[in-house]
Amino acid sequence: MRRSLALALTLVLPAVAQAQDTTAREGVRVGITYRPGTRPGVAVLPGATGLDSLRALVLRDLDYSDLFEVIALPGTDSMASTAGRALNYPLYRALGADFAVEVLGTAEDARLAIHSVSGGALVRDLAAGGLDLSRPDDRLRAHRLTDEIVELTVGTPGIAATRLLFVQGRRIFQVDADGAAVRAVSPSSVKALSPVWAPDGRRFAYMALEEDGQGRLFELAVGSDRPELVFSTGTGLNMTPEYAPDGNGLAFARAVDGQTDLFLVRTRDACCLQRLTVGRFADNLSPAFSPDGSRVAFVSTRPGLPQLYVMAADGTGQELFAPFDYGVTGASYAPAWSPDGQRVTFHRIVEGTPQLFVLDVRTRSARQLTSTGRNEDATWAPDSRHIAFVSNRTGSRQLWVIDLETGRVRQLTRVGATRLPAWSPRLAAADLTTP
Amino acid sequence: MRRMAFVLGVGTLAVLAACGGNPEPAPPPGPDPDSLAAAQAEQARLDSIRRAEEARRDSIRRAEQMRADSIRRAEERARAETQRVRGMIMARIHFDFNRSDIRPGDAEILDQKLALLQANPMVRVRIEGHCDERGSDEYNLALGLRRANAAKDYLVSRGIAPERVEVASFGEERPLVAESNEDAWTQNRRDEFIVTGGGDRLVMGR
Repeated sequence: MRRSLALALTLVLPAVAQAQDTTAREGVRVGITYRPGTRPGVAVLPGATGLDSLRALVLRDLDYSDLFEVIALPGTDSMASTAGRALNYPLYRALGADFAVEVLGTAEDARLAIHSVSGGALVRDLAAGGLDLSRPDDRLRAHRLTDEIVELTVGTPGIAATRLLFVQGRRIFQVDADGAAVRAVSPSSVKALSPVWAPDGRRFAYMALEEDGQGRLFELAVGSDRPELVFSTGTGLNMTPEYAPDGNGLAFARAVDGQTDLFLVRTRDACCLQRLTVGRFADNLSPAFSPDGSRVAFVSTRPGLPQLYVMAADGTGQELFAPFDYGVTGASYAPAWSPDGQRVTFHRIVEGTPQLFVLDVRTRSARQLTSTGRNEDATWAPDSRHIAFVSNRTGSRQLWVIDLETGRVRQLTRVGATRLPAWSPRLAAADLTTP
Repeated sequence: MRRMAFVLGVGTLAVLAACGGNPEPAPPPGPDPDSLAAAQAEQARLDSIRRAEEARRDSIRRAEQMRADSIRRAEERARAETQRVRGMIMARIHFDFNRSDIRPGDAEILDQKLALLQANPMVRVRIEGHCDERGSDEYNLALGLRRANAAKDYLVSRGIAPERVEVASFGEERPLVAESNEDAWTQNRRDEFIVTGGGDRLVMGR
């Protein structure tokens, strides 16, 4: 009934269709996986004049949360509400909406009104203030508003107010979680690799691969253009940094005795260098902390090919993490531990091509996630259900996002070849320090 | 004829006297046959000295020229040899996919480097390991380092002082051939050898 009515209306919203790469244009449902009844419907009503871009942002954020069935409405004002008046709740109920969001006010003083359609009442009026969405800070503030809507309606924190770092060419770039506001954040003077966020989201670390083939680790505060050397051996290769969840320690791989081994150093004063592995004839690299900081997953070549191992954070109790068949299973790389601690993604060579896997930490069983093109170097969103990764499925290497709950995949970046993504924690309003 | 010689001789003397810078010019000499003969003899002696002097200068010039030529040729030879030795030291070696062991054919290339490093004890090199684009980006940095270390170990285990050889890795960041095919990958899986010091004059040695 709901579906046929929706189809009969054949409502198409150009803005939404544009934002979506997988939109079924003939229907009203946005999103490739249509599972009626599993997710609440939300309608974002046509907004006041001059607020189209804010409405588009909110609508896209709600859609990308994969928590709602986003219900598209026509751009005409026939269904638009007038501020302060009750909505035509039965109509939106008929369209499948459980919630409705109104974008009200002016660009200088915007508001978001959240209605419970099923309850037939206004739930909350969020003050957005003046928003210039061409400014990164204002965009992030708008994303925060969406996350508040998510929290109000389904009770879980959203991931709209997050950013990803990635590598393109010589530099590290950042992009909002909705794929907009791409900009370079590392200096152009040095080739940067392997960005990783500090747990507070206020700084990140990366490796600088210098002209003489040495690798040094730097930290850069968000909004700053002055990297600080974290740790240097003078010469040598220091790579694959990863913050300990307490934000004080940085684990990394360092070339020593003809191989790479894992070390831990305190970032504040480069003190207390601690060696976690002794590889002898094997490389150990790519550390990934469990969110409680007690364990570290890493890549080791001790079985011949690189595979996933795990150890206590002090380096004791090293053991195989992701099972493999010797001589059959391909090499495995780049572990990333989910923020809820339950899963670890990595990529493994399947028929010559890297594919994403998810390891269940408790059962230690691994499931293959992808099969089209190259898929590698995954990073978790703070909600522990979305991961961003690098894929060449449409040609050049770009960042994509997959929702592990629905299997929905969307393309995040559309710039030159991108790689090595790092998804930020939720960025609070206090973190909005970018110029 | 004699008169001509006399006039010439007197003229020469006058010139010589002028060149001597004598402030009081001598009175013009009379046609004294004795002094004429003496002047002729003196003239012959001076001519002979002049010719000898010229011959000596020519021979010195020739000797210097030959010496310069020989130095130049030697320098050219040395430069060419330096160039050739440098080329041999810099010759790349290659690796199988995801491997870091030295291939038999490449061992010969390393043996050649070994002899040259022994013949040129001041030379220092940096070995840079590289990978093809197929591997994992970050792991390739470790693999590149392993490839550089494989070559270093080969040289050090055969007597080269370890401090003369540094290692570095560029992973897959600096492909030789920026293409995605088997031939490009084969060329990109390599060690490069950079002379970082003591390479101004290199010899083949024995």
